[in-house]
Amino acid sequence: MSIMTYLGAIGAAQREALTADERVVLIGEDVEANVYGTTGGTGKSRAAEGDFLQTFGRNRIRNTPISEESIVGAAAGAAMTGLRPIVDLSYSSFLYMAMDQFVNQVAKNRYMFGGQASMPVVFRSAMFYGLNTGAHHSDRPYPMFMNVPGLKIIAPASPSDAKGLLRSAIDSDDPVLSFEACPLWGMKEEVQDDEYFIPLGVGRTLREGSDVTIVAISGGVIEATAAADALAAEGVTAEVFDPRTLVPLDVDGIIKAVEKTGRLVIVDPAHRTCGAAAEVSALVAEHAFSSLKAPIVRLTAPDMQIPFSPALEKQMYPKRDGIAAAVRTMLGLAGAAA
Amino acid sequence: MSNELETKTLLEMQRRMLRIRYFDERASKMLKRGLIPGALHTSIGQEAQVVGACMALGDADYMTGNHRSHGHPIGKGSPLGPLMAELVGKATGICKGKGGSLHLADFSLGSLGESGIVGGNIPIALGAGLSSKVLGNDRVVLSFFGDGAANQGSLYESMNMAGVWKLPVVFLCENNHYALSTPAHTVTSGRIVDRAAGFGIPGVRVENGQNVLAVYEAVRDAVDRARRGEGPTLIEVMTYRFREHSEGLKLGVDYRDADEKEQWLQRDPIAIMREWLIAEGWATADELDALDNEVLDEVEAAYQFADSSPYPDASVAFEDLYTEVAGAGR
Repeated sequence: MSIMTYLGAIGAAQREALTADERVVLIGEDVEANVYGTTGGTGKSRAAEGDFLQTFGRNRIRNTPISEESIVGAAAGAAMTGLRPIVDLSYSSFLYMAMDQFVNQVAKNRYMFGGQASMPVVFRSAMFYGLNTGAHHSDRPYPMFMNVPGLKIIAPASPSDAKGLLRSAIDSDDPVLSFEACPLWGMKEEVQDDEYFIPLGVGRTLREGSDVTIVAISGGVIEATAAADALAAEGVTAEVFDPRTLVPLDVDGIIKAVEKTGRLVIVDPAHRTCGAAAEVSALVAEHAFSSLKAPIVRLTAPDMQIPFSPALEKQMYPKRDGIAAAVRTMLGLAGAAA
Repeated sequence: MSNELETKTLLEMQRRMLRIRYFDERASKMLKRGLIPGALHTSIGQEAQVVGACMALGDADYMTGNHRSHGHPIGKGSPLGPLMAELVGKATGICKGKGGSLHLADFSLGSLGESGIVGGNIPIALGAGLSSKVLGNDRVVLSFFGDGAANQGSLYESMNMAGVWKLPVVFLCENNHYALSTPAHTVTSGRIVDRAAGFGIPGVRVENGQNVLAVYEAVRDAVDRARRGEGPTLIEVMTYRFREHSEGLKLGVDYRDADEKEQWLQRDPIAIMREWLIAEGWATADELDALDNEVLDEVEAAYQFADSSPYPDASVAFEDLYTEVAGAGR
């Protein structure tokens, strides 16, 4: 075990995969210079040559032009013909530039061609929300990709999950989108040094509780656990569940967590309408309606663009205080919260 | 090439052009009779351009194509039965009935799939070229697209990346002069072939795209160049589709000039090749008539295969989305 950051864990998973399998290649903008710190060792950021390039060479570590449509399509074509590409798209907001390739080629080709093709490719991107980058860099677009059959989606919320989930994603024969939360980049914890794989579709329980269940996604997880810890001091115990992957989604894990308490708060930093929280709500309403003691509460970003100013942006995503307050309200303890 | 081998190759070109012609004519009739559902785009009139290009490839080489899709896998040598069964939507279809006319693919012959999205297939070809380069397996990729797709940004992103990485990709523009009803010259600034210069790669125009040998030679040179590691080439082949954009499409206005159409119809690639083969002594009229009949029999057998095959079980609709589905989803 060693202490690793979320960002370092992403780098470690990629290094392991590149070492383990020569078919793994890494392409994307600025990957050679390790600009974002995920394509080399930590502390080498913005070095003239990131150390992935030195270790694995220019044949396998490739800077691309700023051409998202062709980067994504090329990765699909390469995956269909023997490579296992990891694509670094840097900001999640840039995925839209390649929407046709994601939806019409990456997601459909295997199905449309009757299973003749496999698509072992990973598309990594970082959600730069909460960092005052304005509306063009702050997106958390995983819900719209959940609506595209054929894609798999991981949303790691801790360093150890980032390493284990990304490793499984690279090992998968299906296309996987990895949505990485920038607010977690600096998060540190003990991470296993050796190779390990966290299966896609299996969530984790972070806190055990009996009063309320909080299902939290991506950067919402750390806020949910903080809220649960604050509530514990008040004698309220919350079950905190992180599905970790959105496709496939650990529906059974969510249902069990909700049935345990009969109350559900969902924390999701993405937009509200047709979002991940909406999907979790619908699944719980379908499969665990009889166990609910209170209406489901969704805490999400509002259906509003993300403003630049810190004074404006800080209110846009669910935070620990708001989560705790919502739980108190749900339990009829609202007076105490005020 | 020995004389015998050359004869074999030349007759194979004619055979594959005939396969496309008769396959598409049969499919068109089947569509009219309601035996084929959905849309159908034939390659009739463009056989030389398709076959000349495909014959310049080896079996291991890759190819991607577009909505005018039947000719490409046929040109690459794909058996007709599973292709016809796919058009009908049968279980024995090359894509198990999930692709249809617009999305044929035969991975056993490097046919990586036809795309119903204009220009969407080009980056896929780029990626196959990247694979070839990284894995060092010497495969070349041929990307078919039309004059319509030549105005999609995906082409230029891909030409740039293929150029800078020197990938073994041949970008082949099938310029049949119309994007559905829109004349290419009304929406295309300059000549498509000249756009190669902007990327520092060779651009070659085959003016006589109805001559299979002219297309073959141009593509063969580009394939050789790609295999030598010298990078991509853009080839623009001037051709014409003899039929409507899609079968059964009836527009109020005839967007193609009658004289223009008549002139092109006189330039039938199969008739041109037939006359040449006889005139140059490669084959006799009787031998070519026999070839005709052989191909007609092949198409008939493909029809019988498709007709007698069962429809897929409904459960097949829920297969092949993923290779593996992990987790506990409901």
